[in-house]
Amino acid sequence: MFDWLFDIVSWLVFDSFGLVGGSHLGEAVHFFIYDTIKIFILLVTIIYIVTLLRSYFPVEKARAYISGKHKLTGHVLAAVFGVITPFCSCSAIPLFLGFLQARIPLGVTFSYLISAPLSDAVVIALLLSIFGWKIALLYVGIGLLIAIVAGLIIGAMNLEKEILIEVKPLGEVSFEEQVIPILARLKESWEYTIDIFKKIYLYVIIGVGIGAFIHGYVPADFIAKYAGGDVWYAPIVGVVMGIPMYSNAAGILPLVEVLTDKGMLLGTALSFMMAVVALSLPEAMILKRVLSLKLISIFFGVVGLGILIVGYLFNFIL
Amino acid sequence: MKIEILGTGCAKCNTLFEVAKEAVAKSGKFAQIDKVEDIQKIMEYGVMSTPALVVDGEIKVSGRVPNTSEVIDMLKGEKD
Repeated sequence: MFDWLFDIVSWLVFDSFGLVGGSHLGEAVHFFIYDTIKIFILLVTIIYIVTLLRSYFPVEKARAYISGKHKLTGHVLAAVFGVITPFCSCSAIPLFLGFLQARIPLGVTFSYLISAPLSDAVVIALLLSIFGWKIALLYVGIGLLIAIVAGLIIGAMNLEKEILIEVKPLGEVSFEEQVIPILARLKESWEYTIDIFKKIYLYVIIGVGIGAFIHGYVPADFIAKYAGGDVWYAPIVGVVMGIPMYSNAAGILPLVEVLTDKGMLLGTALSFMMAVVALSLPEAMILKRVLSLKLISIFFGVVGLGILIVGYLFNFIL
Repeated sequence: MKIEILGTGCAKCNTLFEVAKEAVAKSGKFAQIDKVEDIQKIMEYGVMSTPALVVDGEIKVSGRVPNTSEVIDMLKGEKD
């Protein structure tokens, strides 16, 4: 799909700049320019499409839909809605309480709250552009599974008393669709896309830059050879390292691409990526205002464990 | 007219507050603008995505920051 870009960059780097093909510097520079442009194009396109589609599924609609459903159906629906509704961790609290107000069980609410950040538009866009649709689909599928199971576990633990704020149930849960003309949607989605792009492009450049260096200068089986790509604790290291890296997901994924090239196992890479987005310290700090530390710890523990199991499973299977 | 900005103190909420101030100034109307940061009060409006813009108790926008001219349009029909 991007052969044309590859050729243009090859011409630019090797013919115009006069760098030697196959040399460390030449390969690193080529990788950097090609990958940055490729990721930027795909990033903007995919974020735009995802944002536009999601504008048809406001979270209030999801709430009205999930409310009153059977418990298991609720978990599945909540996880699926987590993927297709727009989500910002800054409104995690009103969202959380809003679900409870609609008498949606705590566990089902968590299914949504776990699923939504996992399928962040930027993460999906990067996965698609870096690893292709198969891995992206796999990632979303696993994300759904973790969200459903973790929600079920949290729901079975009877933790309602760990909510620090009194929730007044709503009488009727209804939803009125706002009529937004298609042109306004197109324009708004575009503005939003540009907004996101401005926030993350620097991280992408830095991530690809470090990746390019590794790509050009570090031997192909470096990680497998020295850091032991298949050591048993690799997914654990991945998850622990992922927790404080939330805001940098955009810079980390290009790096993961190169690391898998150099021998990091895919399961470890998946664990790491999921930990980066699903277990975010900033989100925990926000939630601490309405949830007890115990509930947040359980939330992190259950999701972390789920991610870890996935990592091991994939290292084992693939 | 009473304008309320609902939000738990995120960056976007402050942006919306500034947009609302500008819109009121440009529209030439008289309005009181309040920030509502108390989560209980926000929940009473049934809003789940912040920031939200409420005019005289009616939710006009939620989950995004509209631009100034959009807000001016929303204020047009309202009494001072």
